Amino acid sequence: MTVSSVAMHMSDGIVNAPVSLLFIAIAIAAVALCGWRARAELDERTVPLAGLVAAFVFAVQMVNFPILPGVSGHLLGGALAAILVGPYTGALCITIVLVVQSLLFADGGVTALGTNITNMAVIGVAAGYGTAVLLHSVLKRRNPGSVPLIGAISFIAAVIGTVCAAMGFVLEYAIGGAAQASLSTVAAYMFGTHVLIGIGEGVITALTVMAVVRARPDLVYLLRSGSRTGAEVPA
Amino acid sequence: MSTQASPKRSWTFWAGFAIVTLLIAGVVSYFASSSPDGLDSATLQGCEVVETADGEELTGSCIAQDATDHHMSSSPLADYSIAGGENTGGIAGILGVLVTLAIAGAAFWVISRSRSSKD
Repeated sequence: MTVSSVAMHMSDGIVNAPVSLLFIAIAIAAVALCGWRARAELDERTVPLAGLVAAFVFAVQMVNFPILPGVSGHLLGGALAAILVGPYTGALCITIVLVVQSLLFADGGVTALGTNITNMAVIGVAAGYGTAVLLHSVLKRRNPGSVPLIGAISFIAAVIGTVCAAMGFVLEYAIGGAAQASLSTVAAYMFGTHVLIGIGEGVITALTVMAVVRARPDLVYLLRSGSRTGAEVPA
Repeated sequence: MSTQASPKRSWTFWAGFAIVTLLIAGVVSYFASSSPDGLDSATLQGCEVVETADGEELTGSCIAQDATDHHMSSSPLADYSIAGGENTGGIAGILGVLVTLAIAGAAFWVISRSRSSKD
């Protein structure tokens, strides 16, 4: 077995076959739901952005950044995609990236696709986007449409999304791992490293979202969804 | 919000986004850290990586020992290279960006059409 691997994705065999199958079923159900609900998020104006966001997440996931001596991390992209193109479309973006990585680039196991999609596309997006919506609805009245505010919200959403995605792995390992390592050790290590990775993820997410908000605020889903409820979203 | 971007400004936005994406995959990716990431290093806790004639082996006891060889390890693009070639990561990355863009663009176009045909 070779150890070299590029991205933060589970390999095949880390969790046993029944649990892998369970999470494949969960991932298929989640992706089907997202395909259904994404119809309300996508129109001819936003389809190009959604396609580019998927391609952008693929590119940025290649760039591992150091977080500790001998340990790196990379963007997961759930909060970034969801803030820009909506949670259901965003989850589909991450799913497509994971499928391309696994089938074409041998990055992330094939039978582990269910767990990887559940962690990064479902949990990461849900936690990241949920955090962003919550903060945005509380803070936008005070400072509506402020670009630095959107950046700060994006940063926090990305940190939370990354840590929650990492905890998804801990859950799957707890249910279906062979338990060479104690669960509390794995959980503590995953939490600590992914807080640091989340800070990197937060910086990339904030810079990207702020750049899009400056250029085309009309395309940003988090701002569009706010305006639907009657709030002012200045240009 | 009525910021309908002017055609020129809009063109700049899309071109800029695409160029930045291609530069990250094709150029910045060469500067990526090659250390194991958070999850990989978690699965390697308790093991030591030893270089042997057959490649790297794990001694000790750790989660990563359960990992099996990848089903797609014979893919021509495996491990972000072109047929395993040295320093081909950038080209592999650009190909990956284009494939992802094509699949995502097609999928999202079909999804958006499925709504308008129903309305």
